[in-house]
Amino acid sequence: MKKAITPQEAAELIPDGAVLMIGGFMGVGSPHRIIDALVEAGRKNFTVIANDTAKPGCGIGKLITAGAISRLIASHIGLNPETQKAMIAGAIDVLLTPQGTLAEQIRAGGFGLGGVLTKTGVGTIAAKGMRTLDIDGEEWLLAPPLKADFALIHSDRADYNGNLCYQLTSTNFNPMMATAGAVVIAESREISPVGLIPPDHVTTPGVLVNYIIRRGQP
Amino acid sequence: MSPEEIIQRRVAQELHEGTLVNLGIGLPTGVSRHIAPELGILFQSENGIVGMGSRPPEGMEDEDLTDAGGGFVTAVPGAATVDSCFSFGLIRGGHLDATVLGGLEVDEKGHLANWVVPGRMVPGMGGAMDLVSGARRVIVAMQHTAKGRPKIVPECTLPLTAMRRVTIIVTDMAVIEPTDDGLVLRERAPGVTVEEIVAATSAKLTIPNEVPEMNIGA
Repeated sequence: MKKAITPQEAAELIPDGAVLMIGGFMGVGSPHRIIDALVEAGRKNFTVIANDTAKPGCGIGKLITAGAISRLIASHIGLNPETQKAMIAGAIDVLLTPQGTLAEQIRAGGFGLGGVLTKTGVGTIAAKGMRTLDIDGEEWLLAPPLKADFALIHSDRADYNGNLCYQLTSTNFNPMMATAGAVVIAESREISPVGLIPPDHVTTPGVLVNYIIRRGQP
Repeated sequence: MSPEEIIQRRVAQELHEGTLVNLGIGLPTGVSRHIAPELGILFQSENGIVGMGSRPPEGMEDEDLTDAGGGFVTAVPGAATVDSCFSFGLIRGGHLDATVLGGLEVDEKGHLANWVVPGRMVPGMGGAMDLVSGARRVIVAMQHTAKGRPKIVPECTLPLTAMRRVTIIVTDMAVIEPTDDGLVLRERAPGVTVEEIVAATSAKLTIPNEVPEMNIGA
C-alpha cells in the first residue's frame, strides 16, 4: 500500500529549489490540487520540467504567476504571456526544447538510457550547446537524459498500490515523468481499492509511485 | 472568399485518401472543414490523439479531450490516444503523411522559419521542429505577404525551424514548389496574375510557360 496524503502534505515534502517534473499539456492532465498547494505554501526557486506553462490562472501558469519558478525547461510558452515577460526580464531562465525531444529526454532519464539521438533541431538554434554525432554519414543531435527530485503526476484512476491509468489526451507527459522522478506523487481523479484495476489497464505500475493524493472533499 | 479560405481549400486538395495528417493551430486547423469525410483522412494532434474530430457542441466538452492548443475536440470513431513519446514517435518515425503549418518566412532553398522572432515573439517551438523534420510531406499554408511585406524571401532572416526543404507552399496568391533549382511557381489563385505574384515575392521564382489557376473546389 502507498501512503495517501493531502495536497498540503505533498507541498510539505517539496522544498524550495527542488527540480520538479509536472505533467500536463496546456493544463490538461496537470495535478491541479498539488499545484494549488505549492502556491499556497509560498514555495520558491523551483526548476520545472514540463511541456508548457499553460495560461495565467491555469495549471503551471499559477506557479509562474506566484513567482515560484526560477528555471524552466519546456517546449512552448507562447500561450502564457507572463512566462514570456519573466523570461525577457531575466526572472526565469528558460530552456526551450523541441517537444518530441523533451518527451524522450524524460523517458531516457527514467529508463536508464544515456541520452537521445534525434535529427530534430539539427542546424537550428535549438542545437546550440548540444553535441552532434556523425553516424554512418548522418548528423544527429545528442540530448541528455532528464531526471527530477519530484514528479507530480495526474492520472484518471489509481489504486492504493499506486497503479495508474490515464485517459485520452490528459495522458501526455505523465507516464514518462512517473519514471523519472526520485519521488513520484500522483493525483488521481478516482481511487479504487487494490485489485479492481485489470492489470492490462495499468500504464504506470505502482512500484514507480511513492504517494497518492487523497480524494478531495466531495 | 477570404484569403484564409482560399488557402484552406487549396491545401485540402493536397491531402490524400487514407492518410495521417497533422494540422497546425490557427489557419491550418480550418483545412479539415474542406475535407470530405469519406476520404478517411485521420487527423493527428501532437498532444496525443490519432483521429481528432471537430469541436463538440456546447455542454458536451470533455476536459480530457483536447487539441494542441488546449481547445476542446472530439474523437472520431476508431480514434486512438497515445502518450507524448508515442505521438512524436509517429511524427519522427515517418508514420505521419503530411503536416500543414503556418510560416513566417520561406526561402529559395525551401527552408521554413515559423517559430520565433528573436526579442519580440518567443513562444517556443513546441512540436514544430519535430513535425517539419519528421513528416513525409511538409505543407506551408500562409498568407503571401505580411502587411504588404513578402514572406517568400531569398534567404530566411529568422531562425529556421528545420534544415529540411518543405514540400509545397500554398498562399492566398499562389502555389509554389521548392525544387533543386529553386522555387517554381506552379499555380496562381483565381484572378491573380503572374506579375502580381512576382511583385509580392522577393525570392527568385521560376515561371513555367503555363501557370494554371488553382482549383479551390468552390
